[in-house]
Amino acid sequence: MTRVAPQLDDGPAAWRFVPRNLAPLGAALGLALLMHFVFQPAAGSFASKLALDIAVNIILAVSLTMVNGFTGQFSMGTAGFMAVGGYAAAAVTYYGSFRLYGSPNPPAGILSAFGDPTGLPLPWLQSGDLMFVAACLFGGLVAAGAGYIVGLPSLRLRGDYLAIVTLGFGEIVRVVLQTSERRLSNAEQIAGTPWPKLLTHLGGSLGFTSIPYFTTLFWVWLAAVLTLVVAYRMKRSSYGRAFLSIREDEVAAEAMGVCTTKFKVRAFVISSFFAGVAGALIAHQVQSINAGELGFQRSFDVIIMVVLGGMGSISGAVLAAGVLTVLPELLRFMADYRMVVYALALIVMMIVRPQGLFGVREVWEVGPFRRRAAGSGAPGGGAT
Amino acid sequence: MNAALQTFFETLINGLAVGSLYALVALGYTMVYGILKFINFAHSDIVVLGAWIAFVLARSLGYATPDAAAPWYAGLLILLVAMTACGAIGYAVERLAYKPLRGAPRLNVLITAIGVSLFLQNTGQLSFLFGASPQRMPSLLPDTPLLTVFGARVSLVDVVGAGTAVLLMVGLEYLIFHTKLGRAMRAVSYNTSVASLMGVNVNAVISFTFVVGSALAAAAGFLYSMKYVGIKQPADAGWVMLGLKAFVAAVVGGIGNIRGAMIGGVMIGLLEFFGAAYVSTQYRDVYVFALLILVLLFRPAGLFGRATVEKV
Amino acid sequence: MTMLLLEDLNVHYGAIHALRGVSVSVEQGRVVTLIGANGAGKSTILRAVSGMIRPSGGRIMFEGKSLSGQPPHQILRLGLAHVPEGRGIFANLTVDENLELGAYQRSDPEGVRRDREKVYELFPRVKERLKQAAGTLSGGEQQMLAIGRALLARPRLLLLDEPSLGLAPQLVQTIFRIIREINAQGTTILLVEQNANMALAVAHHAYVLEVGAIRMHGPAADLAKSDEVRKAYLGHG
Repeated sequence: MTRVAPQLDDGPAAWRFVPRNLAPLGAALGLALLMHFVFQPAAGSFASKLALDIAVNIILAVSLTMVNGFTGQFSMGTAGFMAVGGYAAAAVTYYGSFRLYGSPNPPAGILSAFGDPTGLPLPWLQSGDLMFVAACLFGGLVAAGAGYIVGLPSLRLRGDYLAIVTLGFGEIVRVVLQTSERRLSNAEQIAGTPWPKLLTHLGGSLGFTSIPYFTTLFWVWLAAVLTLVVAYRMKRSSYGRAFLSIREDEVAAEAMGVCTTKFKVRAFVISSFFAGVAGALIAHQVQSINAGELGFQRSFDVIIMVVLGGMGSISGAVLAAGVLTVLPELLRFMADYRMVVYALALIVMMIVRPQGLFGVREVWEVGPFRRRAAGSGAPGGGAT
Repeated sequence: MNAALQTFFETLINGLAVGSLYALVALGYTMVYGILKFINFAHSDIVVLGAWIAFVLARSLGYATPDAAAPWYAGLLILLVAMTACGAIGYAVERLAYKPLRGAPRLNVLITAIGVSLFLQNTGQLSFLFGASPQRMPSLLPDTPLLTVFGARVSLVDVVGAGTAVLLMVGLEYLIFHTKLGRAMRAVSYNTSVASLMGVNVNAVISFTFVVGSALAAAAGFLYSMKYVGIKQPADAGWVMLGLKAFVAAVVGGIGNIRGAMIGGVMIGLLEFFGAAYVSTQYRDVYVFALLILVLLFRPAGLFGRATVEKV
Repeated sequence: MTMLLLEDLNVHYGAIHALRGVSVSVEQGRVVTLIGANGAGKSTILRAVSGMIRPSGGRIMFEGKSLSGQPPHQILRLGLAHVPEGRGIFANLTVDENLELGAYQRSDPEGVRRDREKVYELFPRVKERLKQAAGTLSGGEQQMLAIGRALLARPRLLLLDEPSLGLAPQLVQTIFRIIREINAQGTTILLVEQNANMALAVAHHAYVLEVGAIRMHGPAADLAKSDEVRKAYLGHG
């Protein structure tokens, strides 16, 4: 039932995937507050850390679904975009703190407070939080810019070129970041160095350390839900539906012509944005970021979530992100075999159930819930 | 003046020596792409296995100790064993992982190839196989300079390495362009279904292609570890980078184009070493990648192109 | 004697039912033609016979042996060659190499040489261009190469898919003359054609296909006279 009509010539602008009304924003805010003020105190620190990792992986998996699932392209550069976003954001908060507050400890409100937030005598938000949010957005934008540069040449070609180019991109980012200058820590020196120069002092092979702490369950879950909303709108857009129905049919894809490239580039740029945001969030949670640890293994972790969840299923990616974040914790005793098992799972999955667990369907369109969803005109059910 | 000439020739020698190895690896990418139209991501892992199998052999033959000088035939023996073993691994990978997907969407084959790559890396890294730490390749050739050109040493390892690579490529060239089997390979690469109508057993040709590509990759892995004796652990990113450069070589030469891959490999080797010597060492991997982007932007069919019309 | 027998053949392309219970028989020594509109399933029949696609039902018997489930290279070995639609020339190979591939399964160099001479007699143009890349040949020359190449496999049954497609009228005449000649030398031919006029002129027996099923069949001469065929396929009003 998808229309592949000529009026799709230019496609929706990227901002069209931003929700129109405030309801999804409210839901995101509600869930984030719930996680921060109710789940965190109740579940304790171990479960809270896990919940944080799950949210980050949801952002990553869902953002990769936009490319690998919706457009039928294959990106292997998640870790590279995380690194770009993380370093960019870290540079903003770290050097920004020195510039704005004269110390590496910016003021933070209760939403960015470490540990159990209930009962802390802190205001809701302080100026440092705004700087942090701005830094995350900046990290996302820098990653999106990198995505544009990488995506433009390779997305005009066939899917596997993007894979190799993004793989190369990840490695290059690693090399470049690891050869950056050492991090400055002298307040006067930082004050006397112009911003463009500061951005070359990213810690080199030691990684960027001493990043201020901001990332809490509140921020990650807020970002996770916003990612979901954007992904869902993208999937439900006329373009998204058209893509899901044709992505494996190269002739039909050719027939759509130039506009497919535009949509692919847009999806890739948005995906890079969110990967960058995820990198920024991680950097402000771990308080350090090292490009050396963001090798392509990290990208593979995300790829396997997307593939297992279903190439094109948002909820499938969410589910897989959750399961694959918890599973290694349970299987610590066989850590050496984790990647071997993942790899085998990938191979067997492609032979036995190539569309992933959920294919392009959402969880509620499968099994016992299916009848209800059918009435609401769920997309993508007929894609082969 | 002399120092400048020495640097130039050292760079040239290294670029040619390593470039010829890239070419060997690039051939595997290009042959598989020519026939199955997908990037065999696991190809660089065959290079890794070739290096490690060679190392294990050299060690078990007792050449790891400094005073046990290897006989002249040791390298040849190890080369043949590594090539045979990797040929067999390539065969098994094709049969078990890729063959069930014949005719499946390209994305699925690509994901499988990534899965195979991960599997080989991480299995190789298990403690009962090669382990997760780097090793040192015993030297199988005496470290004698053959001659010096303007002060630049031409070492035996470089000559043997590049010479072996060239010999293998000449052999491959003969196989593909002057034998019945090679004709069948080119036919399958151009049009699989018509080739089968000519009586060509397509599956056998595909298997054979994997065996040959993997054997060449094994040779490259072994020769590379003779030159750079520090063998990194199987899942190290350095191997991926090596595979990536070889892949770029294949793209630059026009993917699917056998001779293009050979020339592309040497070009990449020269680019990397001249860039490192004359611009900046730190960014040696960046040049190759930049070249890939440029080629994709302006000549996606490669410098030497391949005038194939995509079949619908 | 029946050489090729198709019984109740069914083929599906995904959800499309391309052949619906087709039965065809080809007698030894004959030229049998399948005519019909574009998409009627003519080429699909040839593809199923030569093993390029797997039928979803029915039987294919060649000289009493079932061809079901056999790969194309095995079927060729039984004496059945297929010149596919669009000629299937390997443009990246030379004309000579294309011919070599035609004899890929043969191990009698002497016999191959003799058969090559025969092919050169039929198609003198091919001989002139042996060292040329096959992609540089004209359409007619490519068709000749494709047929010549198939003959080098020494088939007892030759499947020809639209040999006249895209050729100038004079070349069409030549191709059909050659088809008759090949048949006269003892090769049975199953010919798919859109040019029903020519096909009916050269064939002994004909089948008319419509949307995946046999509409009618009979001696070619009779069909050429039938009003229905004349109206629908021969352009007579």
